[in-house]
Amino acid sequence: MRIVPFLLSLLLTTGLIICLNTSWGSLKKTPLFGQFLSPQHGFWQNAEPLRQEFNEKIALPGLQGKGAVYFDEYLIPHVEAGGETDACYIQGYLHARFRLWQMEFQTFAAAGRLSEFLGPGENNNYVKYDRSMRRLGMVTAARAALAVMEKDSIIKRDCDAYTAGVNAYIGELSSGALPLEYKLLNYRPEPWSNLKTALFIKYMAYDLAGGDNDFEMTNARSFFSKEDFAKLYPATQDSLDPIVPKGTHFLPPSFVPKAPATVDSLYYNGNSTVTDEELKPEKSNGSNNWAVSGKKTLSGRPILCNDPHLNTNLPSIWYQMQIHTPDYNVYGVSFPGAPFVIIGFNDSCAWGITNAGRDVRDYYAIKFRDDTRREYWFNGQWRTADQRVDTIRIKDAEPFYDTVATTVFGPVMYDPGFTGYSDVASDRSYAVRWKAADSSDELLTFHYLQSIHNYDDYKQAISTFKTPGQNFVFADKAGQIAIWQQGQFPAKWKEQGLFVMPGEDSSYMWQNSIDEEENPYMIDPDRGFVSSANQEPADTTYPYYLGSDFPIYRGLIINRQLDAMNSITPADMMKLQTDNFDVFAQMARPILLQHINEAGLTEEAKAYLNIFKLWNLRNDPSEEGPIIFHYWWDHLDHDILDDEFARTPLHLLHPYESTLLEALLKDSSWSFIDNINTPGKETLRQIVTAAFRKTVDDMARVSQEGNLSWAAFKDTWARHLLRLPALSRTHLPIGGGTHCINAAKQFHGPSWRMIVQLTDKTEAYGIYPGGQSGNPGSPYYDTFIDRWATGAYLPLWVMGPGETMDKRVKWVMHFSTTPSSE
Amino acid sequence: MGHAFFNNALIRIINNVLIRIIMTLKFLAATLLIVLLSFACGLYLPWWVIAPVSFFVSLLIPQPPLAAFMAGFLALFLLWGGMALAIDLANGSILSAKVAAILPLGGSSYAIVIVTGVIGALVGGGSALTAAFLRKAS
Repeated sequence: MRIVPFLLSLLLTTGLIICLNTSWGSLKKTPLFGQFLSPQHGFWQNAEPLRQEFNEKIALPGLQGKGAVYFDEYLIPHVEAGGETDACYIQGYLHARFRLWQMEFQTFAAAGRLSEFLGPGENNNYVKYDRSMRRLGMVTAARAALAVMEKDSIIKRDCDAYTAGVNAYIGELSSGALPLEYKLLNYRPEPWSNLKTALFIKYMAYDLAGGDNDFEMTNARSFFSKEDFAKLYPATQDSLDPIVPKGTHFLPPSFVPKAPATVDSLYYNGNSTVTDEELKPEKSNGSNNWAVSGKKTLSGRPILCNDPHLNTNLPSIWYQMQIHTPDYNVYGVSFPGAPFVIIGFNDSCAWGITNAGRDVRDYYAIKFRDDTRREYWFNGQWRTADQRVDTIRIKDAEPFYDTVATTVFGPVMYDPGFTGYSDVASDRSYAVRWKAADSSDELLTFHYLQSIHNYDDYKQAISTFKTPGQNFVFADKAGQIAIWQQGQFPAKWKEQGLFVMPGEDSSYMWQNSIDEEENPYMIDPDRGFVSSANQEPADTTYPYYLGSDFPIYRGLIINRQLDAMNSITPADMMKLQTDNFDVFAQMARPILLQHINEAGLTEEAKAYLNIFKLWNLRNDPSEEGPIIFHYWWDHLDHDILDDEFARTPLHLLHPYESTLLEALLKDSSWSFIDNINTPGKETLRQIVTAAFRKTVDDMARVSQEGNLSWAAFKDTWARHLLRLPALSRTHLPIGGGTHCINAAKQFHGPSWRMIVQLTDKTEAYGIYPGGQSGNPGSPYYDTFIDRWATGAYLPLWVMGPGETMDKRVKWVMHFSTTPSSE
Repeated sequence: MGHAFFNNALIRIINNVLIRIIMTLKFLAATLLIVLLSFACGLYLPWWVIAPVSFFVSLLIPQPPLAAFMAGFLALFLLWGGMALAIDLANGSILSAKVAAILPLGGSSYAIVIVTGVIGALVGGGSALTAAFLRKAS
């Protein structure tokens, strides 16, 4: 009987240990609590001492010479390397050391492998995401890019070195030192490879050039009459101020794409509808950049500014650094996951980028012979489709095998077996033609940019950049400024790819690329500045079709402001870059105030109306005006359009805010104002007033919730990639918004603000909503966020060769090939 | 007779005191050994190494079941709780507050330090207790 207590105790103890060594839960899994809580293995190991020292001697096998990294008080590394290869090696090591989890997470996302460590997700959403990325051909595209990259001896060498640097860190990583997120999700990093770098580049291509509205536009074309469609989806807006000003003279096109003969009967017929739902990147990925020439600045030298708008993630998409070799000295922000500096400056030039936002993803309706999808109808005969089977691994579940057919147009994105995020069954198939699937070598651009000396070098450097098309702004110390919309864009006939195209013959295929010398550009214009803010690059006199999905208001206000500014200093640029003036509200308010019927408004309503009337049109953090405007415009928009749009279950593209505004500015009895569900004919006055009454109710609710300031209402976050509030910085006190230069939205905004004055000694400032360390347990995790929110900047210190003993240097890491004997 | 009684009583008291001292020393030795070995093994082996460590120390230093349990419990509570506390103080509670919000422990750093100590302590105590029962059984 004495064995009973023993057995009982043994059972309980081993049971406890097994429980603590198990991941619990179905969709969301817990960490292994025993390991997670163990101070020697778990999350406690990620709690860095506040007074952490980073002085180290590190042996990296394969380094060619010696290198050193001087860290300043913000943990920004100033890398000193014997050559470019070693610089890439050390950069790989630093990225891995401070950002490993995010690097891997992003490339897993790119490769459609989220389910592998996150599980299937709610409603199978991670599997749908993975299937979408795989079907789009992200891995194929990355492999094609890698083939080109590895053919280039420079990029091959640099990527090899970068990969070796990342793997040197992964190799030395003990399980206790694993980044926190691996412990939370209970998995381990894989070795890095050049393919992962290529995948990261394709992830950015997806993020910036993976958007389109083909399905929603196809539906809208079928649902609305030709006249209504033209009203709701105009090709361009009157108030557009393009990157290259109106009135610019363009040469005739070197290639004229020919619309197919069947375009009226097969393409514009409005007979087809689509129920599939696409995976799309964040729509407002955009940016601002500009450069002003010396004649507009106090110093007499150009100033270049850039603020790319991306998801304000934690860890940040950017990692700030300086890299100095005997051949170049470059400062700026890099992408953890890829070598080189992406946005920055060297000793003679500065550059910045914004997204071109051209439509380079089109769909073709494919007619398969039968459900096996092995043959499809093309050019008058059945043609064999290539088929591949993708294995999607799912954590704690059987793998999912996805059979994907590939046509001459590209891979089949949606078919009866995969309707995307839609639950509606569909018997149709759509192949996707995506520009980023073409092989190209974007990294080479950033290799060259490091050591550019003048405009010609810059022009040469950007020439290998094909997708995602970007507006590269440039300024140098000799005083030159320029902007090029760089990229390889398909030369499309008017409205080609606006809708799903017929895929039964070759006549609807992309015919040619626009000669890149014909891309819109400006060099040293008389007006003294160049700028871009994702607006349409040129007006309709540009000899090629440009598409129609471009935001216009940031570009408008930037150009208006720059036009008026003179004797500009970097401090003026800080004010401009963080400007919360809402030019959209400025144009819209007169319509609202002109048509509101004030008779019969309650005292409360009158008080809100008065606040709105007196509002200074700035989306400053403490303002109430932007909240009133937000609701008022939103209700107006829905009251005008919902009656028509609600008549179909199909997904239609909701018209852009600019479309409604311009329509109402031109015509206060616009046909859509009438509510078709009522016998009477509504007037704008009725709709505006009704929308305002609803707004008053909203304001009362917001007031009750205590969010009666724009910043509290908008609630900007720097959000962790896993969307865990505890690892995010929430409720940031920042103003701005979609149409402001300071485009800070809830989870999205200026991801890096940079100002570079090209005086003999470069004067530069920058800030980003994050910190140099990706570790949530580090004091350097969110270093810059509070400054960023208030619009403050930090001077960017370009460490000189004689400054290694400078008091700004806090720690030094020495790198060599062999362990030092100390 | 009274003498003998006195002597016997004295011996019993001395005996008792000695036994208590020895038991206390054994308890302290077991506790200390579990702390040191758990720490050393934890540097190289998985977290659950605290279980075999507590088990074998408890076999090596025989104690009654309750004392064995207490030694294992206290040792791991001190080791895990103490290390967690030291790390947390050096870190200014940056991470513990975040993790305590995820788990969820209301974002309390103290709570997660204590939970860490108690989880380690339960494993240590249970393992030591199992060893004590094994000795009694054989």
